[in-house]
Amino acid sequence: MAEPGAAALTTADGMPLRAALARASRRARLRAALLVAPLLLFVLVSFVWPIGQMLLRSVNNVQFAANMPELTAWFAANPRGTPVDEAAFAALAADLRLAAASRTVGTVGTRINYELPGSRSLFTATGRAAGGLEPPYREALLALNPDWGREELWTVMRGASARYTANFYLAALDLRRDAGGGIVRVAPEQRVYVSLFLRTFALSAVITVVCLALGFPVAHLLATLPVRRANMLMILVLLPFWTSLLVRTSSWIVLLQGQGVVNNVLVALGIVDEGGRLSMMYNQTGTIVAMTHILLPFMILPLYSVMKTIPPAYARAARSLGATSWTTFRRIYLPLTVPGIGAGAMLVFILAVGYYITPALVGGASGQLISNQIAFHMQNTLNWSLAAALAALLLAAVLLLYWLYDRLVGIDNMKLG
Amino acid sequence: MTTRTLLATSALALGLASGTAAQEITVLGWGGAYTNSQVKAFHEPFTAATGIRVISVDADNPATPIKAMVEANNVTVDVASIEYADAVRMCDEGLLEPIDPASLPPAPDGTPAVDDFLPGTLTECMAGTDVFATIYAYDTTKFAGDPPATIADFFDLQRFPGKRGVRRGAKATLEMALMGDGVPADQVYAVLGTPEGVDRAFAKLDTIKSEIVWWQAGSQPPQLLADGEVVMTIAWNGRIFNAAVGEGKPFAIVWDGQVYEPEGYAMPRGTPNKDAAMQFIAFATSTEPLARAAEWISYGPTRRSSAPLVGVFQIDGKTPMPPNLPTSPENLTNALFSSYEFWVDYDAELNERFNAWLLAN
Amino acid sequence: MAPDDIDRTFVAFERVQKSYDGVTLVVKDLNLAIARGEFLTMLGPSGSGKTTCLMMLAGFETATHGEIRLGGRPITTVPPHRRGIGMVFQNYALFPHLTVGENLAFPLEVRGIGRAEREAKIARALDMVQMKGFAGRRPGQLSGGQQQRIALARALVFDPALVLMDEPLGALDKQLREHMQFEIKHLHERLGITVVYVTHDQGEALTMSDRIAVFNDGVIQQLAAPEVLYEQPMNSFVASFIGENNTLDGTVETIAGERCTVRLDGGTVIDARPVNVSRQGVRTRVSIRPERVEVRPERLPRGVHLVEAEVLEFIYMGDIFRVRLNVAGNDDFVMKYRNAPDAVRLVPGARIQIGWRPEDCRALDAA
Repeated sequence: MAEPGAAALTTADGMPLRAALARASRRARLRAALLVAPLLLFVLVSFVWPIGQMLLRSVNNVQFAANMPELTAWFAANPRGTPVDEAAFAALAADLRLAAASRTVGTVGTRINYELPGSRSLFTATGRAAGGLEPPYREALLALNPDWGREELWTVMRGASARYTANFYLAALDLRRDAGGGIVRVAPEQRVYVSLFLRTFALSAVITVVCLALGFPVAHLLATLPVRRANMLMILVLLPFWTSLLVRTSSWIVLLQGQGVVNNVLVALGIVDEGGRLSMMYNQTGTIVAMTHILLPFMILPLYSVMKTIPPAYARAARSLGATSWTTFRRIYLPLTVPGIGAGAMLVFILAVGYYITPALVGGASGQLISNQIAFHMQNTLNWSLAAALAALLLAAVLLLYWLYDRLVGIDNMKLG
Repeated sequence: MTTRTLLATSALALGLASGTAAQEITVLGWGGAYTNSQVKAFHEPFTAATGIRVISVDADNPATPIKAMVEANNVTVDVASIEYADAVRMCDEGLLEPIDPASLPPAPDGTPAVDDFLPGTLTECMAGTDVFATIYAYDTTKFAGDPPATIADFFDLQRFPGKRGVRRGAKATLEMALMGDGVPADQVYAVLGTPEGVDRAFAKLDTIKSEIVWWQAGSQPPQLLADGEVVMTIAWNGRIFNAAVGEGKPFAIVWDGQVYEPEGYAMPRGTPNKDAAMQFIAFATSTEPLARAAEWISYGPTRRSSAPLVGVFQIDGKTPMPPNLPTSPENLTNALFSSYEFWVDYDAELNERFNAWLLAN
Repeated sequence: MAPDDIDRTFVAFERVQKSYDGVTLVVKDLNLAIARGEFLTMLGPSGSGKTTCLMMLAGFETATHGEIRLGGRPITTVPPHRRGIGMVFQNYALFPHLTVGENLAFPLEVRGIGRAEREAKIARALDMVQMKGFAGRRPGQLSGGQQQRIALARALVFDPALVLMDEPLGALDKQLREHMQFEIKHLHERLGITVVYVTHDQGEALTMSDRIAVFNDGVIQQLAAPEVLYEQPMNSFVASFIGENNTLDGTVETIAGERCTVRLDGGTVIDARPVNVSRQGVRTRVSIRPERVEVRPERLPRGVHLVEAEVLEFIYMGDIFRVRLNVAGNDDFVMKYRNAPDAVRLVPGARIQIGWRPEDCRALDAA
């Protein structure tokens, strides 16, 4: 060996050691990558891709620009504040003619209607008459419908001509752009989403706390009972998972409604009179009760898996060191279950925030959550961009929560099982 | 959440993607008794007549997957049963194939299709199959002596005390509120098109707000009535008919102030079997099959020529169907044809207002 | 040390019985007196009842019958946290979410001891186990041996008069275990505390204890000092459980005072000391320690019976030789002798004569 350290080491057959190592480990890495490839692909196709699509849709704004090329070009060439001249109306007329021919005028109208209700029919009606438009176009269009002269309409069209827009996010936060392009709150009787978001988080927090209060003793019992009885109890805990969500929700309706089992028993016992039947269904109470029941296993299982790993010796050690059972619980047992509490609370909260069917069925008016609005825009108004913006905000809120949890408790201090 | 719906949609699309042989078409419906009526009256006779197999697939609302399919350029459905407003809106957005009225068969007496179809049930992209109504129904045991008879009675807590079931949504609810406040059917949309009219509708709803039990799924109102949770409820007529006739529940429908709306068949743009699909639609919306469908579910036929052919309810074999259909003349005395033009323009706005109103408890 | 010395008795089990299922007794009529300052080990196989006894003493199990006294007072109704007993657990049971210092502070805090005194006591306890400077660490950052020291310090920091140890060294490797045995022994001597120690490792028991109670089947088989237990096992269970041991089965042929002869099942006659055989003709199991077997019979007193043996295996172990023999049909008869300069080295297959002093061969009950 001439210069130890400086000369590259080689394998027995003269290959540089570094290269041999790289080749050997590359083969191992490739094999590992092949093993996880199906899952990775599945996650990409079924999770990352749809969420990416959703996020894209919440800012994507091609409906207008793609179908109204000339007007879009006019907006691009003339900055905000330029008076709407004959050239703009000519571009509008040309685009409307084109859109009507290619049957896309409805798409354009729908897009503008999101921000300026009532203007969809303006587009479709004008589109039908666009073939007969003659210059000067300003007069011709205004004659057809004076609404074409509205400053607000032109502001909205200018906003809609951009490739990407934040307007759906504004709408999801009860905000809108005024005629000058500034951001203002919508009229009080149109403000829905912010209070719905707040209510969703508040209700989810209540449900999480109730789940914790109910689930903690059960999980403890599960972790400490003899195996056979613990298994029995575990079956009872898991039973809700084996029953259809609708069945479970409907049984709560049967139990809690005004003429339901609980109220009937209370009336029969004379605890409440006929007129004083409790309202426990079709309101927030109904949502909290039914969702707590449905989400309880998600609290119990992580708690159980953490409690199961806490050796009974800790409690015995604390007792032998002179702690009362309460001190033992507070100073030793409870802190040790924090990873389970964190995981359970996160799971329940995140699931509750996105819950849809149960509040739809038992929530009445006051127990409605933001997901019901998302579904409404998905299925009824077909305004998927707004639905995507609402969903993206929900996602962001959950990620924020996750980040907060990481800062406060530490994410590695969370045990899901 | 959105993701879930998208997932369900793409799963559906994947499931349908496999094999569409030349001699079969896929029809997307709503499921339940409604699809059953279409299978009995349309699918089975069509296959018997032409040899073309009909594959029936269900969705919560067929309009949603159709929008996804056309936008993704992956259309795997040939015919979809969709609501009138969706048909018009999606047609304007180029998501549906136009239907040429001339390709639809005339009535047995030779009346051309355009004249045989009820007004508004034949649109550029949709051939109507049936008309359903939003009505209100009551529990006959609760109002034995003096039953409610008009839409105003629904809002009269003095004469008819008790809880009301109302759909949690603006559509039809606001129209019925205005009619309950005395607005004639033909002026409802004119009034509702003004801010004062909207205020008036909400003010009317305010008078019963404390007594309202809100529902969202169509299966809920008959259940609410049966459980005694409400004494009267807004509902879809078919659901109440099934509970009253099918299950013998003491429910009665008040047709006064009904809001009716057609539904029909449409073809998504880019359907793989357009000719067979068109053949199916022409068959299904001809006089005889439309009359048969109305014997399986209490939704009215869209052709005038079908009305006299409607017989008895096929499930019990005795209840005559004509009085139970929204399209019967005696049920149309004070009735409102739901306006798609209005709702495509104001759906989002009025629902936001509606939800804000709900939140302000 | 006399167990009946009432004044010095600190812990007493009086007719204690324990049953978990109401059908079988895990502890059967236990009587045991432990003197103040004594190091007593409960030794036995798993399921012998030793841990149950310890748990009853600590207060985590209640006796089904009988009484346990601590310093003369019955403690059956005293909850564990008021017994004032220090305890070291098998896997240390150090609280993982607290630092070493907080672990040690715990028993002091719950006793309401002020901050200054607390810190002094913690420093002293850490010093005692040579873990100064570790107060800020978490248990998870310590090695097994270090955790073991902290567990010890925590059990001692509040100055209990009685410390219970439940197989505290079970999780350590052999070398560390032997080292810790001496440390615990020294702490015991220095602090003058009473220790009740549970183990299934007889080496550990022999090294550390003042007295050992050998448990089997819920009963104390023998309670004696280590050397007595080893040299003079009172029955075949103790003989086989403590140390390495050869056994041979046979029938008592003659018996006279401290001597008897036993006819082994193969027909060979040997000499033995009767321990719990009382008359001629009873079955017995004789026990001989491997190191007491003499490979050179000429060193034995005249007149003792010699035995034929066949060498099956000869193992060189450095300081000693270990030979496996076939003696009277027993293939596992082991003989050990020192690697002295004149020691013979045997070859497998050789037939030799072996013997032993009659007092080293104990005729016990036929198990």
